[in-house]
Amino acid sequence: MVGASLAGLSAARSLRKQGYGGQLVVIGDELHRPYDRPPLSKEFLAGALGEADLSLEADDEDLRAEWLLGARATGLDRTGRAVRLADGREVRADGVVIATGAAARTLPGAEVLAGVHTLRTLDDARALRDELARGGRLVVIGGGFIGAEVASTAYALGLDVTVVEAAPTPLAGPLGATMGGIVSALHADHGVRLLCGVGVKGLRGDERRETGVPPDGVRRRVDVVLLEDGRGIPADIVVVGVGARPCVEWLEGSGVELDNGVKCGADGRTSLAGVVAVGDCANWYDARAGAHRRVEHWTGARERPDAAIAALLAGGAVEPGVPRPPYFWSDQYGVKIQFAGHAAAADSVTIEAGVADDRDVLAVYRRAGVPVAVLGMNQPRLFTRWRKQLAAVSS
Amino acid sequence: MIPACRLADLPRGEAHRLDIDPPVSVFHTEDGELFAIDDTCTHQDASLADGWLEGPEVECPLHASKFDLRTGAVDSPPAKLPVRTHEVVVEDGVIHVRLSAAAPNLPPCGAARLAKGSG
Repeated sequence: MVGASLAGLSAARSLRKQGYGGQLVVIGDELHRPYDRPPLSKEFLAGALGEADLSLEADDEDLRAEWLLGARATGLDRTGRAVRLADGREVRADGVVIATGAAARTLPGAEVLAGVHTLRTLDDARALRDELARGGRLVVIGGGFIGAEVASTAYALGLDVTVVEAAPTPLAGPLGATMGGIVSALHADHGVRLLCGVGVKGLRGDERRETGVPPDGVRRRVDVVLLEDGRGIPADIVVVGVGARPCVEWLEGSGVELDNGVKCGADGRTSLAGVVAVGDCANWYDARAGAHRRVEHWTGARERPDAAIAALLAGGAVEPGVPRPPYFWSDQYGVKIQFAGHAAAADSVTIEAGVADDRDVLAVYRRAGVPVAVLGMNQPRLFTRWRKQLAAVSS
Repeated sequence: MIPACRLADLPRGEAHRLDIDPPVSVFHTEDGELFAIDDTCTHQDASLADGWLEGPEVECPLHASKFDLRTGAVDSPPAKLPVRTHEVVVEDGVIHVRLSAAAPNLPPCGAARLAKGSG
């Protein structure tokens, strides 16, 4: 098992549940046992949840696995039977599950400035939480879900927050332009500035010496976010939330076919026998869409390993059940946002209940009259009904 | 015993939440059985009455942990603790709940409700 987050843990559980009794090695590049990432931009960042609350494992859970944590995989042997680690070790296996996830994208030059953060890991969240606690002016680059959740949390902590989004409407990809506009209006509702349709040219640092840098180095701290239209937004803290890239570099030359992550079939099987892929790094074939889709949702990482492990243990093709439509949620400014399905497939969006201006709304996306997606804002009960209906329509 | 609602007003596949502290929900399964459990997921502040009811199980609307309505047991994390189950009694067409005397397993982040950005 290469990867020790939700997808890797779920795959390990599936292995044991499906009767695998052999040796199991779980390799994770972070030092931490599996933890839950969604709260990192919300309750954990706000200080309402501690690290112990993030654990994904039950107290009495024993997967009879050997955990190699803090160990980064650097290569997979062409036969697909040995994983090379950064420290030179090699782990031989009869089967390999690729669950290496994705890493936060950043901006060129961002890493040299203090006060500039990305948010993906527990360590990222600790560092950002400590900085937010000091207050000041926060600029969030990217109006996607991570950016919006960080903005919402920082607003609640009392910071002055600006969100900069390069596209004309935030969240237009996952939600479509109409509903993306309605959801991202939450920022303005709370006095958080949202600047759309303008890219970031760069970050400027000042000469303030940052504490904690080595004595021989002066690390400059971010001072201004420079926009492409010439404006400069003063900043004490910057969060770059511009998406993630699949962590698959270590597989180059391994014979595992890569294409926007690991290209795999509807059952998670890769181009190498005995190797399956799950989670954010896996670009699964979606029979309904007739195309491959890499879905970075918590629910996919939780649910899909079952099918991949069945295929791995069977040693060949297994007819996978029809997966439920992709589902994700977000919490922003006290509003619970839930979404299931594929917005891009829709040719119409109708508000079925609630009022958009009240941020209390249930919207159904349809293609040729057939529901293909549903969005809820503070409508959990109706949302679940529609989500079930969506699953029934698509199965 | 606490009266919940009329049996006739709770169709199969639906749930009725009692706004007591902590809230309790009565589920009417597709098979016609009635169960009452604590309404709040033991992982985070989510209402199980809003969840996905299938057979004798309800799946949390947020994170897909499934609770067995008969025992309160949870199938897999992120939720780790069971919910309490309560006795259901139907008298004269009205569903009543007899509350468990056990201590509830409430989620750790009640404080999260106070932080506006979180839930």
